Amino acid sequence: MPRTLYDKIIDAHTVCPLDDSGQLLLYVDRTILNEYTSPQAFSGLREAGRTVWNPSAALMVVDHVNPTASHRTAEVADREAAGQIAYFRENAHDFGIELFDILDPRQGIEHVVAPEQGLVMPGMVVAAGDSHTTAYGALGALGFGIGTSDIEHYLATQTLVYRRLKTLRVVVDGDLAPGVTPKDLVMEIIRRIGADGATGYAVEFAGPAIAAMSVEGRMTVCTMIVEAGARGAVIAADEKVLAYIQGRPRAPKGLLWDQAAQAWLALKTDDDAVFDREVHLAAQDVAPMVTWGTSPDQAAVITAHVPAPDSEADPSRRAALSRALDYMGLAPGAPLDGIAIDHAFIGSCTNARIEDLRDAARVLRGRRVAAGVRAIIVPGSTQVRAQAEREGLDRVFTAAGFEWRQSGCSMCLAMNDDVLKPGDRCASSTNRNFEGRQGKGARSHLMSPAMVAAAAVAGRLADVREFTPFEEVV
Amino acid sequence: MQPFIRVTGPAAPFPQPNVDTDVIMPKQFLKGVDRKGLDRGVFFDLRFGADGQTRPDFILNRPGWEGARFLVVGPNFGCGSSREHAVWGLAQLGIRALIGTSFAGIFNDNCHRNGILTVTLPATLVEDLMARVRRPDANGLTIDLPEQAITVDTDGLTIPFAIDAVRKDALVQGLDGVSATLARHAAAIRAFEGGHRQANPWFF
Repeated sequence: MPRTLYDKIIDAHTVCPLDDSGQLLLYVDRTILNEYTSPQAFSGLREAGRTVWNPSAALMVVDHVNPTASHRTAEVADREAAGQIAYFRENAHDFGIELFDILDPRQGIEHVVAPEQGLVMPGMVVAAGDSHTTAYGALGALGFGIGTSDIEHYLATQTLVYRRLKTLRVVVDGDLAPGVTPKDLVMEIIRRIGADGATGYAVEFAGPAIAAMSVEGRMTVCTMIVEAGARGAVIAADEKVLAYIQGRPRAPKGLLWDQAAQAWLALKTDDDAVFDREVHLAAQDVAPMVTWGTSPDQAAVITAHVPAPDSEADPSRRAALSRALDYMGLAPGAPLDGIAIDHAFIGSCTNARIEDLRDAARVLRGRRVAAGVRAIIVPGSTQVRAQAEREGLDRVFTAAGFEWRQSGCSMCLAMNDDVLKPGDRCASSTNRNFEGRQGKGARSHLMSPAMVAAAAVAGRLADVREFTPFEEVV
Repeated sequence: MQPFIRVTGPAAPFPQPNVDTDVIMPKQFLKGVDRKGLDRGVFFDLRFGADGQTRPDFILNRPGWEGARFLVVGPNFGCGSSREHAVWGLAQLGIRALIGTSFAGIFNDNCHRNGILTVTLPATLVEDLMARVRRPDANGLTIDLPEQAITVDTDGLTIPFAIDAVRKDALVQGLDGVSATLARHAAAIRAFEGGHRQANPWFF
């Protein structure tokens, strides 16, 4: 029977079925641990006197609570953050798991670091204590987020109790227009299918626009599709994925590489496999997007206007829309490109890789951040930071008036000291515009890194297509 | 884990769609290394005003709903971050079950790992329950997990629900998942791992 890529990966990782409703024991190849969702899992192991099944299959990275100030220190001032980092170090030592600590040149956001190290390979199952683990779909692996209880289960057993998902294929035809990025595409997909549009599904992305997209662009798409509820994403590996992985520190080498590459290219959805649902988009119809509300599906093209609550037929959604506009301080009918900002943030697992920084630099070269706007760039990893410095991008950013920071999750979720104040309005290249996400009472507008750069220069949300002569930089 | 067999208590309506885990458990409660004190953090910015006083208009602060054991919720409840702190906090607040049309995947798993039952029902039934539990004199429910039924205490209306056998078993028995897997499947995992390594030597 023809099968989807998702089903092939699940079949190849099923230890045994657990009941007849689709629950099974799933073997998991890898995890990446962070300091804030893992402590109670390790405590559980300690209390039960258990060891980790395979310590070499895990990596520990400090990313969520560390400061990103440009001068980096091993110890952090915040007492609670310091406590989490200290316990993280103790757990790495006691359970024999490799740790990328704050001063490690490989430190960074877990979903940037793991691919960078060649830890994620096509056909793998990767489950980790962070919802954006869906990122690894870009490499032909199945990645998904888990809670702390499941981290403990994974560490002790190398498996999870897992329910097979339904499958949704998103086919993107055509080409993205100049100035339109993978972020705009995934924001349009989420807008179209809704914040729960993929709840209960694993999503496979396919079609010419995905094939034409870089591996980093695919990571943006796969990372953010969790905001439509997807519990996993996959894109079949191709030559681009092989080129991305080959030569990385943990990638196979020599004869083993040749065997792996052959197996990986063969791993894809069968031609006549049937998905539970399909969504088709034309890439050329996608334009630069911004969110105006407090849910990632509350988004529109930058040339549009703030919607009116009356436009929503469903009463509870209408109430949610009213509440969102109230929280965001926006009036129905106002043009989106007239919304003034105080902050600009480029960072996060979704959009802080080297291509994202190059995109932002193209807009910022020779321009200045508007008066009254505080603008920050937090690279996705310390290696991305070093690469950007080799390319001179840091000088473009600082000349434009951006702060050039060290790596971490930073203001994407504001668990460290990068927190906005009530009423602050931020153009942000992150993935969540929830109430209070970047600080209590703060207002977040999600968009691509290039759009954040354009907003920073304009002092308001702005259409990046008016900022860069794209034909000159292609 | 506290077993879930038959639980009776008041239910509160929470109709907003897409209630995310940042709203359920804000970031300032995520910085511990244990599970303590998270009942204080649940819905913190909705329950408490800027001055730290309880907000009398919030549903769980209102007479008749303040001791709620169940929430009847809008679609996609628990979306966003994987933070299990949201579920630990709900459990510490005394919430034993959530009833809605859909739950976010990670949150749903987290609930079942911590003794909180999630019941998924068609929209019309959720709307019906939502309307009933908006009345503080008619918001008492009994959920019987072995029987897979919700009963409205005032009029005896009974709504059956479906649940995966594995989840039901774990909740009813209050099973520790790790112990159960190791006791039942350790040998099978080792055997599987051997074959998996042979098929994918580059993973190891």
